[in-house]
Amino acid sequence: MGSEFVALGLTPVLISAFAGMACALPGNFLVLRKQALIGDAISHVVLPGIVVAYLLTGQVSTWPMMLGAAGAAVISVVLIEMIRRLGRIEYGAAMGVIFTTMFAAGVLLLEQSDTSRVHLDVEHALFGNLETLIWLQSDGWGSLLDPLSLAQLPPQFFRMVIAFFVISAFTYIFWRPLVLISFDEAYARTIGTQATVVGFLLVVLAAMAAVAAFDAVGSIIVIAMILCPPATARLLTNDIKTQVFLSLILALGATLIGYVVAGYLPLWLGYSNTLSAAGMIATVSGLLLASSAIYGRHRKRVI
Amino acid sequence: MMAGVALVSDQGVRLGEAREPGEEPLNIRGLTVSYGQVPAVYSIDFSVKSGSLMGIVGPNGAGKSTVLKAAMGILPLISGQVTFFGKPLKEARHRVAYVPQRASVDWDFPATVYDVVLMGLYPSLGLLRRVSKADKAKVAESLAKVGMQDFVDRQIGQLSGGQQQRVFLARSLVQQADVFLLDEPFAGVDAATETAIMGVLKGLQEDGKTIISVHHDLSTVSTYFDHLFLLNRKAVAYGPVAEVFTKENLSIAYGGKLAAAQLDTMGL
Repeated sequence: MGSEFVALGLTPVLISAFAGMACALPGNFLVLRKQALIGDAISHVVLPGIVVAYLLTGQVSTWPMMLGAAGAAVISVVLIEMIRRLGRIEYGAAMGVIFTTMFAAGVLLLEQSDTSRVHLDVEHALFGNLETLIWLQSDGWGSLLDPLSLAQLPPQFFRMVIAFFVISAFTYIFWRPLVLISFDEAYARTIGTQATVVGFLLVVLAAMAAVAAFDAVGSIIVIAMILCPPATARLLTNDIKTQVFLSLILALGATLIGYVVAGYLPLWLGYSNTLSAAGMIATVSGLLLASSAIYGRHRKRVI
Repeated sequence: MMAGVALVSDQGVRLGEAREPGEEPLNIRGLTVSYGQVPAVYSIDFSVKSGSLMGIVGPNGAGKSTVLKAAMGILPLISGQVTFFGKPLKEARHRVAYVPQRASVDWDFPATVYDVVLMGLYPSLGLLRRVSKADKAKVAESLAKVGMQDFVDRQIGQLSGGQQQRVFLARSLVQQADVFLLDEPFAGVDAATETAIMGVLKGLQEDGKTIISVHHDLSTVSTYFDHLFLLNRKAVAYGPVAEVFTKENLSIAYGGKLAAAQLDTMGL
């Protein structure tokens, strides 16, 4: 199955693995700051931005969509903040209002516009189109060493790899302020840390992961990977560095297991249909969290 | 200004105290802070003499913590001016250390005692500089001062309330500041911790540092502090404890909430 796997299976696996790790990395701090819902919000609010970008340019291309998604993310952050202040309600409630509204607006836009020529629909928004990210130009494992073949990898692959490394670099450089504002934001301000800026940077990193991952793997994986691997890792260790490394390994593991279970297990069992890889990856990450909640070393909390 | 009614005047500076105006470790002028529409504290004036150990006292909701948070730039000011040693916080940050309320953070955070105390060195470490042996020694020294040297590698979630408070104090000590602002350091701590913390504060004072601490327990005011700031949304009085800690001032600050019996236990 070597060359067939390289052509059909390798790129979806790699793309979802990098997507999972890119989401899990900022997810660690969002979970510790009790802002995990932000990941959920971001992955929903980018939909209208992407649709508007498509309507304006008439094509599904990377940069207009990234800009549209980023614009939608910024607008929603402003709206959430406005509702929170004017309505004097808590953050989570304001976020809930905005992300459902934005997602609904995105769905309406999709339905009203003629997107039949391209692969852009609600299902795509939720599950991505992992199974279509194939590498037909490849010819077995040897293609990994062939620059010409490599250049023909789906653009989502490069986008996701770049996003992962940019997010990793920022996390490495801003490690101390990120840890500090996650533990004690008030104190961080008193020693001169720009807590608001660092907090915003964290949301931008999560948004970058979500937007880059969105069109390849869909919002289900984004939501699952921002939350599940970090939360699982938290239950396995009491050290934040270990937690972050573990969350990356868990994201990778959930992707591999989920993809194999969805794509190959039903065939091995004699069924003719495969399952949704995105759905299975998200399910596996949820199951990993559930088992660490039951068996994790540090699941007991000191009160 | 008459003894016993040391009400704060616009000038705020008492006669007979030689000091450079505006060069005090902390000077606050016309401070107003609000949550939403309602002012939490209103037009606060007060200053602290160098080398004093000052308590901030007032009833629940008087705005004691608010004054500290506003001074430290954690809360936005509606109006007013805060200076440390005659300079705005931005320029004097390295001389100021703040100890937040213990309950303001989640102690379930994945960190050890060492990790938390090291945070006090972040300003000098910057983003990427490696932690040196000297830095580690500073952390160990601060922990020894608060009697927590045996807990360096302990998970912070496994500490008692008193131990957590000591860790917070140690974190401020590594900053090697000249003025320390503490928000209710004795809230929910055991007697041994209270004694230990008080010992550290007195030691800091002997080294010429200035300490300002929000305090709740009126019965210990006279033994713990030499200066007092009494407030209830507005400044009631500030100055030496002997002048400020009077029946008249307390009844202004607390209204009818203080029973005569309580006043008796304070020897007033």
